[in-house]
Amino acid sequence: MAAVQDGQLNLEVEKDIKTEITNDGSGNINANSSSPGSTSSGGKSKSPAGSGEDQQTLLAVLQFLKRNKLTESVDILRREAGLSADADDSPVSESAGAGSGGVPSVGADGGDANSLLSRVSIATPVAPPATAPPKVVAASGGEDQPDVNVVLSAYSQQGDPVLYPLYYNGLKKFIESVLDCHRAELSQVFYPLFVHMYLELVYNNHENEAKQFFEKFSGDQECYYEEDLRILSSMSKKEHMKGNETMLDFRTSKFVLRISRDSYQVSCLGKPEMSRSLWQLTITYRMLSYQLLKRHLQERQNNQIWNIIQEHLYIDIFDGMPRSKSQIDAMSGSLAGEGKRDANKAKVFYGLLKEPEIEVPLDDEDEEAENEEGKPKKKKPKKDSMGSKSKKQDPNAPQQTRIPLPELKDSDKLDKIMNMKEATKKIRLGPDNLPSICFYSFLNAYQGLTAVDFTDDSSLIAGGFADSTVRVWSVTPKKLRRVKSAADLSNIDKESDDVLERIMDEKTASESKILYGHSGPVYGISFSPDRNYLLSSSEDGTVRLWSLQTFTCLVGYKGHNYPVWDTQFSPYGYYFISGGHDRVARLWATDHYQPLRMFAGHLADITCTLFHPNSNYVATGSADRTIRLWDVLTGNCVRILTGHKGPIHSLAFSPNGKFMASGATDGRVLLWDVGHGLMVGELKGHTDTIYALKFSRDGEILASGSMDNTVKLWDTLKAFDDVELDDFTAATGHIHLPENSQELLLGTYMTKSTPVIHLHFTRRNLLLAAGAYNP
Amino acid sequence: MAEERRPKQCTVVLPTESMKAMAESIGVGQLQEESCAALSEEVSYRIKEIAQDALKFMHHGKRRKLTTSDIDHALKLKNVEPLYGFQSQEFIPFRFASGGGRELHFYEEKEVDLSDIINTPLPRVPLDVSLKAHWLSIEGVQPAIPENPPPAPKEQQKAESTEPLKVVKPGQEEEGSIQKGQGAISAEAKGQELLMCLYAILKLMKPRSTHELSVEQQLYYKEITEACVGSCEAKRAEALQSIATDPGLYQMLPRFSTFISEGVRVNVVQNNLALLIYLMRMVKALMDNPTLYLEKYLHELIPAVVTCIVSKQLCLRPDVDNHWALRDFAARLMAQSCKTFSTTTNNIQSRITKTFTKSWLDEKTQWTTRYGCIAGLSELGPDVIKTLILPRLTVEGARIKAVSEGPVVSNIDKIGADHVQSLLLKHCASVIAKTRPLPDNMEQYRADYGYLGPTLCSHVVKARAQAALQAQQVNRTTLTITQPRPTLTVSQSGIGGSGGSRSPSIIKVPSSLTLMSTRPGTPTQPSPPATKYIVMATSAGASSTQQVITLSSSSGSSVTSTVASATSTLQPLVKLESRAASGLGGSRPLQKYIVVSLPTSASSSLESKSGMLPPSSSSTSPISLEAGMKMDRSDSPGASTQSPH
Repeated sequence: MAAVQDGQLNLEVEKDIKTEITNDGSGNINANSSSPGSTSSGGKSKSPAGSGEDQQTLLAVLQFLKRNKLTESVDILRREAGLSADADDSPVSESAGAGSGGVPSVGADGGDANSLLSRVSIATPVAPPATAPPKVVAASGGEDQPDVNVVLSAYSQQGDPVLYPLYYNGLKKFIESVLDCHRAELSQVFYPLFVHMYLELVYNNHENEAKQFFEKFSGDQECYYEEDLRILSSMSKKEHMKGNETMLDFRTSKFVLRISRDSYQVSCLGKPEMSRSLWQLTITYRMLSYQLLKRHLQERQNNQIWNIIQEHLYIDIFDGMPRSKSQIDAMSGSLAGEGKRDANKAKVFYGLLKEPEIEVPLDDEDEEAENEEGKPKKKKPKKDSMGSKSKKQDPNAPQQTRIPLPELKDSDKLDKIMNMKEATKKIRLGPDNLPSICFYSFLNAYQGLTAVDFTDDSSLIAGGFADSTVRVWSVTPKKLRRVKSAADLSNIDKESDDVLERIMDEKTASESKILYGHSGPVYGISFSPDRNYLLSSSEDGTVRLWSLQTFTCLVGYKGHNYPVWDTQFSPYGYYFISGGHDRVARLWATDHYQPLRMFAGHLADITCTLFHPNSNYVATGSADRTIRLWDVLTGNCVRILTGHKGPIHSLAFSPNGKFMASGATDGRVLLWDVGHGLMVGELKGHTDTIYALKFSRDGEILASGSMDNTVKLWDTLKAFDDVELDDFTAATGHIHLPENSQELLLGTYMTKSTPVIHLHFTRRNLLLAAGAYNP
Repeated sequence: MAEERRPKQCTVVLPTESMKAMAESIGVGQLQEESCAALSEEVSYRIKEIAQDALKFMHHGKRRKLTTSDIDHALKLKNVEPLYGFQSQEFIPFRFASGGGRELHFYEEKEVDLSDIINTPLPRVPLDVSLKAHWLSIEGVQPAIPENPPPAPKEQQKAESTEPLKVVKPGQEEEGSIQKGQGAISAEAKGQELLMCLYAILKLMKPRSTHELSVEQQLYYKEITEACVGSCEAKRAEALQSIATDPGLYQMLPRFSTFISEGVRVNVVQNNLALLIYLMRMVKALMDNPTLYLEKYLHELIPAVVTCIVSKQLCLRPDVDNHWALRDFAARLMAQSCKTFSTTTNNIQSRITKTFTKSWLDEKTQWTTRYGCIAGLSELGPDVIKTLILPRLTVEGARIKAVSEGPVVSNIDKIGADHVQSLLLKHCASVIAKTRPLPDNMEQYRADYGYLGPTLCSHVVKARAQAALQAQQVNRTTLTITQPRPTLTVSQSGIGGSGGSRSPSIIKVPSSLTLMSTRPGTPTQPSPPATKYIVMATSAGASSTQQVITLSSSSGSSVTSTVASATSTLQPLVKLESRAASGLGGSRPLQKYIVVSLPTSASSSLESKSGMLPPSSSSTSPISLEAGMKMDRSDSPGASTQSPH
């Protein structure tokens, strides 16, 4: 257990982290909102608006100005206060909305006088005084489930239920009549509005009206919301709203829309001769899409809709051209609208860490010599001239010591040397040079195979099964052996050269071993990089660490109370991440029985987890159809990526850490630029859930495996080449996705009847795939 | 579509009657209508909620099928006690009952005596999970090995050959829409239309492509064809097995079909019976291959097959050699291809029928050809026999009488007439037994069918007796319906969880069995009564399916031997465990064949038949016939001869 030692070395840092956990994790709600003293430690990402109370007042003022349409002054005030455009709505958006199990983001509503008023007016027992809204959270936030009454009470505004369809229709007509360029943007309002109006009707016991409303307008909604609509349609009673998770998601988080504010400058730019006609345009443009909407609603005295917009929607206004329908469609689809632009502003150090320099002996042929030479030189590798490239620090890389990483052991170094040697024999892949695929079929698995993992050197394969077992196979001739019992070990001569061989019990040699311990299906499985440990996560709510020396369970990590869908070791070992039904991703260290970090913010189950290659970040995919990237050091959410139309089931980082790919139940693979937080590609072709994604060792090829029994290969080099990211697109999120899935598709390989659930590139770029044969 | 569905989703609730029924089941007698309505709505909502959660477990379990355990887990999430006991792998059979204006669906729970369970022998332990690697792709090319799906799926081959026009359809539609859209046809539009037409035609004309075989494929072709017509029977069996099972033969199909057609042409002239038999066996193997669709090559194969049925002379010494068996065999092949490939467009069956009838009706036709025609027709099924053969029995009988009782013309004619007689009796008896009402009166038969009447009558009586016996023996009469074509699912169920290297050869098993479904498998035995076997192939896998296939074996040519074979096969359970190939190890679930023998409805076998077999029948083609005999004898293991090792 060298990992333990490493941990102790970093004890100081560890402590530091722990204090932060209490603030960032479970206690973040209180910390962020009620006690101003702790805000400084709580979130580094927060706007520099001083202490919480000051901010509240400021926001109230802003809100007032805004309501009186004094937009100019709003802007000025904002600039002066250093608040971002959306700060008035959610100063602590990430952390507050993130309370475990969907704690209400009442803090986010802080400045929203409207909602407060409505809350006061119904006089819920816990209704807070308007000046201290965070108390609500304090009262209700501690529990896993927020106080439903508080959440729901916001729906109690009374309006004539008969008028709802009229309101909606009016809005629909209005939006259909506006200029084309605004229509797509404004149409985004439909869905959240529809949902909230429906929920309001249900909440106020207008069951029949709600049903009619649903039937009348549900057909208008975008097809990718169908899943949610189905859930919605099953809710027809006020009682149903209690305890329904989807409901809470709608209520507790604001639906984020991005709507453009077109400026005169942009539209008239350098075209004086057209200025006349443009002048007229600008009139419309100046009344930004958003204001267009606002004016419409106010003119029509349409308070019902306006209230909903005020209360449940978060409209992220940006300067620039309105986006087209396809652009909007590409980004929408998540449970809570798009990510706010500011959410993706934080800098992400996506570069790779500097490889520790290990002297590779020049005479590669002689392995004996290598082992002996390698050891003494490892002590002073710092200044040796070996890889001149790797010596330079990548400008985008985090500091080497940003998070404490375990020190390399001798065996790790040997492994690294092996890795490098193998890498020299690596096949260069490309469109003309496709990898060979070796498929490992699990026979007689009776549909029980739920997770697979390969070791990095492709020598072991592990499978998690629905019958709670974990099985490990050796795919090399080297059999799996157990370490001898303690009594036998004491008889061994510890000085002998082959002590490592001697401690193994030959009698236990076999091709596969079964690990018993879980009490539910094993959904996630991950080998440690040094091949000494194996992690498994299960329906029983635990993550277990197994030793591959003794083939016994070492630790059961308890923390998730619900099924744990996925777990993953850090590429440097020692840390691991787990995520599950409780919507919280937890970062653990193998030698701590409690998590080091809790990443809360997803609105639905976390379905897959992945470490960034530099181990400083963690990506989580969720059933709320978003991907979030978390900073391991601070615990903050640094990216929210929306665009998938179904729960995300697979993630992969490119080897250089710059790009990410994600696959979902909608059968699409999306490519992301991590640094800019933008979608850069869409790969269509699969017809079913994508359970496996992997980049080749050099990142030229992306392999995707799906439930539709195919493995597909994609030309990622070309996909990333085609993308031009200028500052404009980066700033506004205007993405132009090239429609080139077919060009990028390099090959489709059908299995007979085996869904592909795991993919792995060996160090020589041979692709291994695995799945259970399903007759 | 989605829009249509959504409103429905909104309203789906359990009927209030269900609530009442459930309330009654727990002793609440009178439930008010309103409470029922409220309850049903609440219950429906909760059920939907649980179903949604259960779906999550299904997704994470990487399955497409929701299982009861998913629902258990979803209940556990909600802190509800799971429903223990629903472990059924298959669907839960709800039973329906109605009465007193009420309708109920309920789950029938049988009382189980524990001692019964304890005393029953333990079921076989399911095979353990194992790992098997194969190449899905080698440098971007998918190798055509049994583990991979066939390069051109059969459906695609079929679509290509049967509906070549379908490809053009989109173009045609475009055309139509243009026409509609423009209304009045301007000259310009006409030109456009013409262009579209041209375009459509061009689409039809595929660029000429050269089919090049790789070196490996050429070697394979050479080996296979040599083995098929060579002298080593073991090699031939292997080659035929390969043709019948290998998934990657699509590209070589044109070569094979030409090889067969040319081969038949040459060997008919040279009267080389043995080679003709080998070639027909190749045809059979090709037809058996589940990955090949032969339609495109029928123009070569059908003439070859028909030649082997009706040719005047197929061997050097027609009086001694058993060319009758070849005719029978080829006739069965013909019937099979008719069943498989006949469509309304190509009309294979009716064209074939016409050909046969025409030459049969011809007065000058030789006995050999006559035999072939009748065999070909009667293989086409009872309907054809009823409409085409039965009416001509009298005429044919008179002709046979003329030969057998008249002045001795030639030995060849006499043998021919005998064969025709036994053939007619065999086929007609079973049909008459089914259609003609009792009683079987010898005189009446003579009046109806002429010379053949009396013998026919005794055959019919025997057929009826056997049918009755069989009804007693096996209750499941429905199973005796002969299934002409195996379905692909059957064969795949046979593979069980294997996916192993030799799986396609297992696929072969059921289909090869069914090929013999109505008649003996190889051309050796002319007309024994068919004994039917019900073969239940059960794979050990969880998703095991049971298939009942009927096949008839030619187990005996005389009554006594029929009995003997019946006793040997009447054992209700014959387990044939096909050993897995070496590479697979224990990975494949064992196949279990339950063989139940069912006597046919055919009245009896001819006493004289064995006598009619030319005593030295195997003189010219000893090897093939011997082999054929072997195959026939071990017909129930015929399954295993086809399955690997």
